[in-house]
Amino acid sequence: MRATARVYWRLLAAGFRRQSAYRLAALGGLVANLTFGLLKVAILFATVRAAGGRLHGYDTASMSTYVWLSQGLLGSVNLTGRTDLALRVKDGQVAVDFLRPVDLQAATIATEAGASLFSLIPRGLPSVLLGAVTVGLLLPSSPVFYLLGALSLLLGIVISAATVYLIAVAGFWLVETRGVQILYMLASGFLGGLYVPIGLFPHWLRIVAAATPFPSIMMYPVDVLSGLGGAGSAAELALAQLAWLAGVAAIGQLLTRAGRRRLEVQGG
Amino acid sequence: MAETGLSERLRPYRAVLASRARSQRVYRANFAIDLGSSALVGLVELAEVWVLFSNVTALGGMRFHQILLVFGLADLSFSLADLSFGHLDTLPDFLRAGTLDVFYLRPQPILLQLITSDISLRRLARAAIGAAALGVGLATAGVTWGPRTAVLLPLAIVSGYATFAGLFVWAAGLQFFLLDGAEMTNAFVYGGRYAATQPAAVWSRPLKLVFGFFFPMAFTAYLPAVTILGLPGPNWLPAWLGWYAPAAAVWSWLMGLLCWRWGLRHYQGGGG
Repeated sequence: MRATARVYWRLLAAGFRRQSAYRLAALGGLVANLTFGLLKVAILFATVRAAGGRLHGYDTASMSTYVWLSQGLLGSVNLTGRTDLALRVKDGQVAVDFLRPVDLQAATIATEAGASLFSLIPRGLPSVLLGAVTVGLLLPSSPVFYLLGALSLLLGIVISAATVYLIAVAGFWLVETRGVQILYMLASGFLGGLYVPIGLFPHWLRIVAAATPFPSIMMYPVDVLSGLGGAGSAAELALAQLAWLAGVAAIGQLLTRAGRRRLEVQGG
Repeated sequence: MAETGLSERLRPYRAVLASRARSQRVYRANFAIDLGSSALVGLVELAEVWVLFSNVTALGGMRFHQILLVFGLADLSFSLADLSFGHLDTLPDFLRAGTLDVFYLRPQPILLQLITSDISLRRLARAAIGAAALGVGLATAGVTWGPRTAVLLPLAIVSGYATFAGLFVWAAGLQFFLLDGAEMTNAFVYGGRYAATQPAAVWSRPLKLVFGFFFPMAFTAYLPAVTILGLPGPNWLPAWLGWYAPAAAVWSWLMGLLCWRWGLRHYQGGGG
């Protein structure tokens, strides 16, 4: 058991180190994050002001917190649906991955999570800092939100990796997964609360969003970290994330087992 | 004589583009999915705007019907530019693989070869969403029709298309220096598209400088829309600037070609 844990810990560290090689890419991402963040601030602040300074629990300060936390998360969660694994499934190289004495799903998620954690350093934290300096932020004072927030952030990263894993293994049946990937990109950005916080959605659309794993990837971690809605609601959101993680991971495991048999048929 | 000379010179480009267009339509099911997902991209972007307006009646001095004009103009022009120039984004792949050198072997300008090397027909679906939004906006926002509108509207679309196209060239020129940092140019290409769909009245002063003038996004949709609707422009962006959309296109291409030349000079080959 401890040996197994060590293997995945090593993979996590390898992902972390791999990401550290792309420093210029991280800088590019940061510039893009900052630009989009300032545009989001402009339109969302205008919306809050047009509504009389308060809108669904948001004032300009908490809206700024939402913008910069979500921009900071952008480098660490996968909202495009593109993965290396999808390419390996398509060209059959995944057969080699199956030969390794590790679980394909766990290894993929551990490596991705490692890369995501590294991205918090050059993209996540600077985004939040730059936002705090240029626009100003409102952060919660109680340490509860930071502890729960760290947990929620970690869950968001893992759920993101576990969900895009599903797209990749769908390739065992579909071969070309670009259609699914684009659908994921659209749904995860919109329903995950990338451009507009889910709290501003009309009621029915909020229900639609809550029926998908996407808010768990971005909106819930942001809400928990910003302390919006109090400690009770933060704990509820973290629990919802745990449930989604269990669901997505179970489906991934089932698809991997079924797909593995499928691949052997194809490969002859 | 000159006429035949030109058409003769354009023939290779036409042949490549026609074959690219054909190849996309061969796999019918795949092309249908591509068209569908491209339309969805436009619809989701529209939904993002709609969600904001479901909370308030006006933003930056514009109502939802009026913002449809801005959104429609911006998305129509951007999608058409993306259709014909968007693949310039793949330049870093060529640079990394060293395959750009192949383009040097042909007796044609490299930029022209790259531009005509592909065409993404699927973006037509997204352009259609933009056109539909523009149509609904024009029909419902109380536009006073007359020669002014009839001239300004096509002028805005053509200029907007050229401005975005220049932006893609601008970004491509910078890729020679950035390589792995390609995402930096996303800030003004895709960030520019996002900015172009917004009512520029909500921008802070630095944003007005950056996306109002340096990357002239306000000229692609917001300013022409303000002029067409007869609204007063915000500080720094008076309504009559809408007529200067072509100047923005010229500026965008000037910077684009300058960066492209600069980048190409910097390029030292793939070592092949």
